[in-house]
Amino acid sequence: MMKPFMKIHLSHPTRDIEIEGPKHVRDVFQELQLIPEGYLVIRGQDLVTEDELLADSDVIEIRPVISGGSERRP
Amino acid sequence: MKCRKCPARAVLRMPRHNTAFCSVCLTEFVRSQVQKAIKSQNMFSPNDRILVAVSGGKDSLTLWEILLKLGYRADALYVDQGIGTYSQGSREKVEQFTEQIAKPCGATLTIHNVEEEEGASIPDLANLVRRPTCSTCGTIKRYQFNQAAIQGGYDVMATGHNLDDEAARLLGNVLHWQEEYLQKQSPTLPASMEGFAKKVKPLYRLTEREIAAYAVINRIDYMVEECPMSKGAKMLVYKDVLNRLEAESPGTKHTFYWQFLAKQEKAQATHGSMTETDQTTLKPCTICSQPTSTGMCSYCKMVARANAPAQ
Repeated sequence: MMKPFMKIHLSHPTRDIEIEGPKHVRDVFQELQLIPEGYLVIRGQDLVTEDELLADSDVIEIRPVISGGSERRP
Repeated sequence: MKCRKCPARAVLRMPRHNTAFCSVCLTEFVRSQVQKAIKSQNMFSPNDRILVAVSGGKDSLTLWEILLKLGYRADALYVDQGIGTYSQGSREKVEQFTEQIAKPCGATLTIHNVEEEEGASIPDLANLVRRPTCSTCGTIKRYQFNQAAIQGGYDVMATGHNLDDEAARLLGNVLHWQEEYLQKQSPTLPASMEGFAKKVKPLYRLTEREIAAYAVINRIDYMVEECPMSKGAKMLVYKDVLNRLEAESPGTKHTFYWQFLAKQEKAQATHGSMTETDQTTLKPCTICSQPTSTGMCSYCKMVARANAPAQ
């Protein structure tokens, strides 16, 4: 039987990917070449920090926090 | 990882403060930073009426929620830009927030529809006047928010600009040596002359990541999707560059913007205040009376060009 991978939802652009676990959040960032300062990691409805270990059965959202177009918003 | 203030599990590590907080302590931290910003920059008092500029994104909805939770009298204005499903989605988020959180606190929402009021959506207006969409959008929003604050008799207008916004804007202004814009980069802009509302940025002490974390923890349902028109915008590039520097050296954004504010304060003491500069360089627009450095303000010029018969 095939081993299940953790499911990760990403935005900008919206896409879903699968990664083999278990893996620490910081290693997932490294694998996806993302800078932690620009993202939040949400498991279920809870935020998790970079030292958290993610399991194969986890469903994760890596949400970008950067926004803005106009140089002089509102 | 444990919270640095209590035994609970941390939900956010904050390298710039060399700390980590649980959801309760992070909520407390964010609200106290907003309160500090309001007091230290003389933004407003509990009796003042505030108009919050909301977009449906994390910053403006979080700002509105915090002001209401802190007991301030804050209403909001949403400008519907007419950008397809993006505008529909963000308007829904704002209306849902109003029903669930703002209305029970006695606050109200006003909606300005660009297509109905200006005669065309923002992308169509940008095409008509041959200007970039973000710049067209900025001109309309600044004009309408100022107008609504003045006409509604509000004491102050508040926007959701955060530390990342201000640091990125500062980087852009410095890279192009746009010194004339530097004076306007303060968290509090006074009502320098008739026709200008006082403008404040109560989130300037917080990063986008801290604000987004607050929104997730406090179940503020905001528009995660970015405006499709902002793809490739310079501001996003500046923010990405600053985040790379921040990863190497935590506190870079904070130091960059706060040191600028300290220097700006000293410079204003020597070179005169923004109020003095505005009063000597601006006069009422010949069409709408809002202050401008030219005869007709950029909003009225744009609307006139958009409504001119095709040649």
